[in-house]
Amino acid sequence: MNPTMFARPVSLLLIAWIWSFPAAIRSDDSTDSRDQMILEIERDVRETSRYLDQEVLSDAVLEALRKVPRHRFVPAAQLEWAYENRPLPIGYGQTISQPYIVAIMTDLLKLRPDHRVLEIGTGSGYQAAVLSEIVAQVYTIEIVEGLADGARERIQNLGYERIHTRTGDGYFGWKSEAPFDAIVVTAAASHVPPPLVQQLKPGGRMIIPVGSRFMVQQLLLVQKDLDGLVTTRQILPVRFVPLTGNHS
Amino acid sequence: MSQACPVSLRLSIALISAGALAYELLLMRWFSMIQWHHFAFMIISLALLGFGASGTFLSLLADRLQRRFSVAMIVNLLLFAASSISAIALAQRIPFNAEEFIWNWRQSIYLLLVYLTLMCPFFFAANGIALSFLKYTQSIASIYAADLLGAGIGSFGIVILLFYIFPESAVLAVSISGVLAAALAWWALQRESIGWLIAIGMVGCFLCVVPQSWVLPHYSPYKGLSQALRIPGNRIIYESSSPLGRVSVVESGITPIRHAPGLSLNASGEIPEQLAVYIDADRLSVINRVDDPGEQDWLDQTTSALPYHFKHVDQALIPGAGTGTDVLRALHHSAGRLDAIELNPAIVDLLQDRYAAFSGNLYYRNNVSIQITDARGFAATQTAKYDLIQLAMLDSMSGSAGLHALGENYLYTVESLRTFLSRLAPDGYLALTLWTKIPPRDSLKMFAMAIRALKELGVEYPGRQLILIRSWQTSTLIVKNGAIADREIDRTLSFCDERSFDPVYFPGIRAEQTNRRNQVLEDYFFLGTQALLGARASAFQRDYKFNILPATDDQPYFSDFFKWRSLPEIIDSLDSGGISLLESGYLILVATFAQAILVSMVLILLPLRLVRKRSPEIPGKKPQPRIFAYFFALGLGFMFLEIALMQKFILFLHHPLYAVTAILSAILIFAGIGSRWSQRFDSAKSRFAAVARSSTAIIVLGGIFIVALNPLFVKLIALPQIAKIPIAVLLVAPLGFFLGVPFPVGLSAVAAETPSLVAWAWGINGCASVISAILATLLAVQFGFTWLMVLALLLYAFAALCFPALSP
Repeated sequence: MNPTMFARPVSLLLIAWIWSFPAAIRSDDSTDSRDQMILEIERDVRETSRYLDQEVLSDAVLEALRKVPRHRFVPAAQLEWAYENRPLPIGYGQTISQPYIVAIMTDLLKLRPDHRVLEIGTGSGYQAAVLSEIVAQVYTIEIVEGLADGARERIQNLGYERIHTRTGDGYFGWKSEAPFDAIVVTAAASHVPPPLVQQLKPGGRMIIPVGSRFMVQQLLLVQKDLDGLVTTRQILPVRFVPLTGNHS
Repeated sequence: MSQACPVSLRLSIALISAGALAYELLLMRWFSMIQWHHFAFMIISLALLGFGASGTFLSLLADRLQRRFSVAMIVNLLLFAASSISAIALAQRIPFNAEEFIWNWRQSIYLLLVYLTLMCPFFFAANGIALSFLKYTQSIASIYAADLLGAGIGSFGIVILLFYIFPESAVLAVSISGVLAAALAWWALQRESIGWLIAIGMVGCFLCVVPQSWVLPHYSPYKGLSQALRIPGNRIIYESSSPLGRVSVVESGITPIRHAPGLSLNASGEIPEQLAVYIDADRLSVINRVDDPGEQDWLDQTTSALPYHFKHVDQALIPGAGTGTDVLRALHHSAGRLDAIELNPAIVDLLQDRYAAFSGNLYYRNNVSIQITDARGFAATQTAKYDLIQLAMLDSMSGSAGLHALGENYLYTVESLRTFLSRLAPDGYLALTLWTKIPPRDSLKMFAMAIRALKELGVEYPGRQLILIRSWQTSTLIVKNGAIADREIDRTLSFCDERSFDPVYFPGIRAEQTNRRNQVLEDYFFLGTQALLGARASAFQRDYKFNILPATDDQPYFSDFFKWRSLPEIIDSLDSGGISLLESGYLILVATFAQAILVSMVLILLPLRLVRKRSPEIPGKKPQPRIFAYFFALGLGFMFLEIALMQKFILFLHHPLYAVTAILSAILIFAGIGSRWSQRFDSAKSRFAAVARSSTAIIVLGGIFIVALNPLFVKLIALPQIAKIPIAVLLVAPLGFFLGVPFPVGLSAVAAETPSLVAWAWGINGCASVISAILATLLAVQFGFTWLMVLALLLYAFAALCFPALSP
């Protein structure tokens, strides 16, 4: 029997098998997947524009999402879903947030290229990577050692030099680098830590997703005005009017 | 003609039945620990699913197993023993995560695997019982009596046991019950075979040396305790366990625990050193280190502190005092005498014993009286009048989006508010602090409940007695026993101003005074409170997309906000941030229900087809639809009554645990006696008379309960607990007795006419019970427990009408 009789179909099968690998593994496909993910996010933002106070995400945020290889921030077991619009478990009882939530959280901070941002809860490092594509410096603190080590290595390997990492308690912020133009708090806390409010510049913004690991219930935007007065905005990141009819 | 079932075999059946029921309750406890308590519903149906599957299995293999009855019996009992440990060890290693269910299709496979693993012990136990039914058709009633008596003793026994040992040790005790049951079966059936005795002994020895690590609870990594233990330096320093929950105390070594929900953004005071207390690895509360309560300024920086700014509080009642933060708040504000009420003795024990000094001897202070009881029962039996009654965050937890929706809460009902309001001194305050959700749910529902409670107490203008404020995280509703004064409104405004809180409602509030510090796009807090006080309150509640109708004792589901009408819109928005709108607790129950129906149908219909093919004895004009209807109706009716009565008696016995244990045990034990009594009916005519009379008795007694139970509870509520439990048992005893009759009489009738359908009938009853356990809660949420009882009584009437076809 001629072995080449089998070689061709076997090699074809092999190629087909390789191609059936999760799209995110190959970088060219990951770019397509990312574009697809961004299209979805843009659609969702348009639909919820009334509640987010804007029709579209800023170009800077979209560009950042397009640049950051999300598949490098998710565990191997979750690769096939890396570019789906959903949260994913990353071990240690933590998650990498839903891309749509990352996008609007980043956008709500109204970041500028000269800004310095503090992040409490590095997690996988994805949010920090997105922030670093927009601003001058990102300072990120993670308390869980395993996560902090993993994120630090990932950030170094991907060459994000503007991200500064630290392992430890985020409650008191990063005093030596304060004040910050923006703060992102993704670590669970029973309240907004007052030291973080103090480390926010006048005119600065802090964003906190409230809810459980897989379900963001609302986004809390803490704003400090130029006089230092603090207010919050509670944003439901979805198009939903809780009442039908006219009751006003 | 079959022989009579030996006494030692009946004892074996009682023991295996006790083991199976104990295992069911143990699994409910177990999954509350490692996952969340909505698993309890699934566990109930799991147990019954095992029984249903057993019916199917025996329909197919009855002949073969009958021929080797002794061996089949002993093997099934031993398999129960072995699988009760291994099922827990395996099931908790399956990476099921309820929160990921919506996102990840693999979770449904994991859930199915959990189901299949955990139903095994029930399947083997049920095989043992049903094989005896098939073997000893003349003794069906006495076997069923042993089954029910065993179940009653098992349910009572496991609760007692869990007060003394940890669940992981209780698993071993349950599995040993299987070994003992096998030994009794050996004595009854295979006494001459030493080989089987050695085998039984070996299984027993194996179970005793099973590594403890197999059955140590593996908490979900998403539970609070798991997360806390990942923080360097945090460690568990004490654990205790009871049927009320596993208490874990966590000390921080490096990073302080700083638990202060609802703390103002402007707060500057230090949070003291704290010990974290987790119940079932979640539900975090803290023990605060107290040197001087006056120094705990942070306690004045939450919405709960508002009533202390109105006037000096001479006497206060604090239901759900827990680890004492609200007591400490009262002391910080120099309150006079405090009655602190806590249901869980293990929590009180922490503050009175091990951590008494750490907490500044909080519960030993001269002006603090701590009572271990149910707050509502305590309030109902007191004559004292309070300046302040404070209930703070005793509702669902903040981050669980509806997962607690189906836990009944008798503190947050209109009747409960009325009880507390009647205990207020003139110008006293009832203060209720809740988590704030966006869009508002809890605060609006509680506002509506306060309006209704005040109206029921004869207040013409409830709006004059209410104040509602909110932070981004919590809201506090003040219900005053008297009209709100201008001075109180001024204090509310300054209190909110200093802490960046927002007033939502006080008499005469204007829209521009609200929604300033914690802004929401459209202020449904303000709009909602105004609407609820207006003439179109009902229309507002109808049009609101969440259920904010007042919770009552008949439908005590405060945290259920689900409305079917909103579901399509919410499903559409799941990907784009709408997931938190999904009140998932209710939907998980609906999904479990659908799954139970599907599996039950397979288990009922499949064996019937196969049995029909093989059994020429089934006549052409078949009675199967009537047999199906009879056993299905009994399965539904029995569980509906049992669940409704357990709920009704919570109000009387003031504790779900006492109510469940007393009522479940009493019904099962007296049903067992009823079943034993029904053995005397051995002709078709006498059987029909027995079913007709027992069904009539059930309907009459059930009807009396519906009408007279609540007024009777009001009269007897002041009795001591030690007297109330026997009274509760005596009240349900006659009903339990008659509930034990229709099933064994029906099964005897089937055995007399078409023996090949006995296992099928047993399976139908099991499947109906699977469905009814879930359906009962779905119906109670929608219509209330009274209607659930009415429906149960109708099902018994229907079953009685179907009976003649069983015994033509």
